Amino acid sequence: MSRRLLVLAVPLLWLAALGSAAGAIWCKHRARELFVQLESLNARRDNLEIEWGQLQLEQSAWSSHAFVERVASTKLHMAMPPPKEIEIVSP
Amino acid sequence: MKARSTRQAAPLSFRWRASLLLGLLGACAAALTWRAVDLQLVDHGFLARQGDARFTRVLQIAAHRGTITDRYGEPLAVSTPVDSVWVNPSELALATEQIPRLATALKLDRQELARRITSNLDREFVYLARQRQPAQAEEIKALGIAGVYTSREYRRYYPAGEVTGHLLGFTNVDDAGQEGLELAFDHWLAGEDGAKRVIQDRYGRIVQNVESIRPAREGRDLVLAIDLRVQYLAYRELKAAIRDQRARAGSVVVLDVGTGEVLAMVNQPAYNPNDRDQIEASTYRNRAATDIFEPGSSIKPFFVAAGLSSGKYDSHSVIDTSPGYVKVGTKTFEDEHNLGAIDIATVLAKSSNVGMAHIALTLPPQEIWTTLTKLGFGQVTTSGYPGESAGLLPAYSQWRPIGIVTMSHGYGLSVTPLQLAHAYATIGAFGVARPVSFLRVENAPPGEHELSPAVCRELVGMLESVVAAEGTGKLAAIPGYRVSGKTGTAWKATAGGYSTDRYMAVFGGVAPASEPRLAAVVVIDEPSAGEHRGGQVAAPVYSRIVGGALRLLAVAPDQPVNTPEELPAGPALGNVRTAAALP
Repeated sequence: MSRRLLVLAVPLLWLAALGSAAGAIWCKHRARELFVQLESLNARRDNLEIEWGQLQLEQSAWSSHAFVERVASTKLHMAMPPPKEIEIVSP
Repeated sequence: MKARSTRQAAPLSFRWRASLLLGLLGACAAALTWRAVDLQLVDHGFLARQGDARFTRVLQIAAHRGTITDRYGEPLAVSTPVDSVWVNPSELALATEQIPRLATALKLDRQELARRITSNLDREFVYLARQRQPAQAEEIKALGIAGVYTSREYRRYYPAGEVTGHLLGFTNVDDAGQEGLELAFDHWLAGEDGAKRVIQDRYGRIVQNVESIRPAREGRDLVLAIDLRVQYLAYRELKAAIRDQRARAGSVVVLDVGTGEVLAMVNQPAYNPNDRDQIEASTYRNRAATDIFEPGSSIKPFFVAAGLSSGKYDSHSVIDTSPGYVKVGTKTFEDEHNLGAIDIATVLAKSSNVGMAHIALTLPPQEIWTTLTKLGFGQVTTSGYPGESAGLLPAYSQWRPIGIVTMSHGYGLSVTPLQLAHAYATIGAFGVARPVSFLRVENAPPGEHELSPAVCRELVGMLESVVAAEGTGKLAAIPGYRVSGKTGTAWKATAGGYSTDRYMAVFGGVAPASEPRLAAVVVIDEPSAGEHRGGQVAAPVYSRIVGGALRLLAVAPDQPVNTPEELPAGPALGNVRTAAALP
């Protein structure tokens, strides 16, 4: 009886050990995969951050008052109306 | 037989040798076992540390410094990522043939680079180039030179450049505040670098994140009270005025009367904080907060405030300034013309020294001192600006009549432009002194009731006559708005007395006079293009800046625009959007 049990148990334990080993390998592999993904996402975030900073600076350069004013007065020929031409509409 | 006997004796001797061998093997095995136990159990900690030291590294995670924005969220100071290139000289020394390539990529001198490598061979870390654009650092990394690494840092950019230069100050190469608001609010803006432990391979690539030692704490954003549109307008007008008047320096402060917020603060000469190589240290100073000057006649309204508060004077009081001069002690103070008997509004409008002397001499020194102190003279404002000056207001126990008269003319006491603007703001708020704030204020602070509202209303009304057609400050008039203010022209104190050809031209005031919204001060140091009076030099600048600011802030005009005389209309003003909206 005990001998038959042993015959049955040893292969089972072997299989279990193999299964656990395979599981460990798979987990490690998965961890590495996820780590690679994390790193690439971090890099992407950094790049987006760089781009965001540059876009912010670019936007403030284009919308700088000195620039807008120059375009308005030279290209669009805008000017402040003289006080006489301003009419205040009271509510 | 002999052979046999030897054959019989042999087992004996072999047995002995066998047991010796076994014993030795056993001893070796025991030694190995003991060594294994020693390594695994006794020395384990030491060895694990040594192992870790060979492949785990603690990496800094650079924290982002908070952004500074104006009151509407326009960015004024932004930290963007940059890369610094560093080298491990002992590694690079193995590949010296790469130095020319590296020098070209970094745009450094070849000899200089080689010298820096060879003279630092005992070090493991030398910066080659700091704060390069990420794209450039990427190119350098792509060269694949051993021992050359990059690290992420943040660099501060100031999109408005010179316009906000003095006010914001700047940070150093390690992104720590050095001057101005960057220094004042450094603890708020600065992030805290984080750290993580990683496993690296021998090329420095990260193989595994082991643990996070502490996460990086990002810096917090700061919202200033500054209105960038008003700031730009003030900057542009001041710069033009300094150029036209060939002046040495100048400052403008614009305060919101209702909240005590600083809407604009500019100085000349200015510097561009984005390009720090070409600037002299003397231009760093935010003169509007740090530099004191004798205010000249622009102090007179506050002496009048003391007179009105005392109850001895009101708007109907008449002061006889004949014969156009007054002798106090050994000194004679005089007006340009004999103005005769005039009311206080005219004393201010004509900036009569004799009239002021009569008022100041009839008041107890302590009362004058108390009024001036309540208005903030002689003390730093609550702005918290680094290096702000307290000005100078002597203790009243030392006041002699001649000193009192001198002070009522704006000499013998010193103020900062910010202080003067704050005093005007207190008058404009009808006696409520609100703390000066560089940060946006959500709800107007209640402030302290320092002067009686009736006195302040009376004073604001009197100061309107300064800007009227016959006043000294008529060029400060703004079409559509009533303006209350005071001119000031002060001789500059020099070694050995007052200079008679170097002046400070000042204009300070509030607008619109019916319900003041803005208080502003314009100070121009040593105008030298002919005119030197506050009413000629500073008043037009005040008119343009405050006029533009009132329009930008959509403050309703409080008088009809059709003023008969031609007013000094500036060129196209700041807000083009408004201009575009008009037909």
